[in-house]
Amino acid sequence: MQVTVTVNGVEYTKEIEGRLLLVHFLRDTLGLTGTHWGCDTSNCGTCVVWMDGEPVKSCTVLAAMAGGREVRTVEGLANGAELDPIQEGFRQCHGLQCGFCTPGMLMTCRHLLDNNPDPTEGEIREAISGQICRCTGYSSIVRSVRWTAVHEAEAKAAAK
Amino acid sequence: MQVPAPFEYERATSVDQAIGLLERLGSSARLVAGGHSLLPMMKLRLANFEYLIDINDLHGELGYIRRSGDEVRIGAMTRHRELLESDALAQVLPIFRDAERVIADPIVRNRGTLGGSLCQADPSEDLSAVCTTLDASCVIRGPGGTERVVGMEEFHVGPYETAVADNEILTEIRIPVKADKSGSAYAKVERRAGDWAVVSAGAAIWLGADNRITDARVGLAAVGPNTTGIPEISAALRGQEPAEALYELAGAIAARSCDPATDTRGTADYKRHLADELTRRTLRKAVERARS
Repeated sequence: MQVTVTVNGVEYTKEIEGRLLLVHFLRDTLGLTGTHWGCDTSNCGTCVVWMDGEPVKSCTVLAAMAGGREVRTVEGLANGAELDPIQEGFRQCHGLQCGFCTPGMLMTCRHLLDNNPDPTEGEIREAISGQICRCTGYSSIVRSVRWTAVHEAEAKAAAK
Repeated sequence: MQVPAPFEYERATSVDQAIGLLERLGSSARLVAGGHSLLPMMKLRLANFEYLIDINDLHGELGYIRRSGDEVRIGAMTRHRELLESDALAQVLPIFRDAERVIADPIVRNRGTLGGSLCQADPSEDLSAVCTTLDASCVIRGPGGTERVVGMEEFHVGPYETAVADNEILTEIRIPVKADKSGSAYAKVERRAGDWAVVSAGAAIWLGADNRITDARVGLAAVGPNTTGIPEISAALRGQEPAEALYELAGAIAARSCDPATDTRGTADYKRHLADELTRRTLRKAVERARS
């Protein structure tokens, strides 16, 4: 079957099998390997991308289901050489260790901050509760999100 | 890499068109809503279909929460996140928010639906236990716009088996709302956050003007082939004044009425203990809410 998906603003039309999962479509068909593929059971959350603006676990979404929809992956965060503030936050506060869970964490945390610019530690932990960091770097991930929240608030105030 | 066996993908654009596809494709087809229960089962080859009919585009038609007269009507495509976030629903039926807080995780809740949860018919499924507790009815639509309404006992035929025929679709859940002061609550014991229940319990209670119980219902999950309502508890509680001794009695009835199996999640004895304790806790909370 043929599917047309917009990924990070670029429209792709591809011939695929109905059973192809979105995570494999992104990685193998489009070569966008930033999205990681982990547990295959929607537990670990390393495959999180956005579909029509909402985080989804792409190992449990068919590529066909993304037909006609907008997908955003970790490759769509940075603006050229300029990191998204959430990426900068992870860099500043050591939010990544081995880096395996990082793409999914970044996508979830970006979505959280877009909807709640000043989340509490509890709200951050709830937001990432469907994602597993095998290095148990949760504390530094939470710090990274808080750093980003403060940084974005300051940038917004300075722009006024 | 775990992928499902090959199938043909179809996308439905309306309820009636979905029913038309089901009529044509028969038992070789299955509807997929959120897919977070079905797709993992297909990856493991526990389920196999020649056709999958994607009904996510029916969210506009079947994604709603409405209060109409003496009932709440919820469309089958209403997503977990919408059930969790609805203040109107939490006000009249707080059990939904209790349950949604412990269903999977926020990202899975973006996709999963009420109808999908009920049609999956997993004996440990939280919303099935909620709907059993609340004496919900299920609206099932078939060819030619025909509709039939069945109660939860009839809806769940057995594990992973429902009353929905090959050419039908669950469209709506209806929950009665009585005029009395009411309260409801849900609690579950799980091995880790967002897991399936080891055991869970829901309770709903209605109080009359004299503060006596006019009706009470308890529903349990993961302790038998289906989620279970326990009429004996309702009979024991009606007409009584809420009290700790009454919750103990209800808990004891729950423990001996259920039919748990010993497995990796716990022994049958442990699960009976949980059924007892969770029945007491949810009844206590439901009464507290009915009084406030």
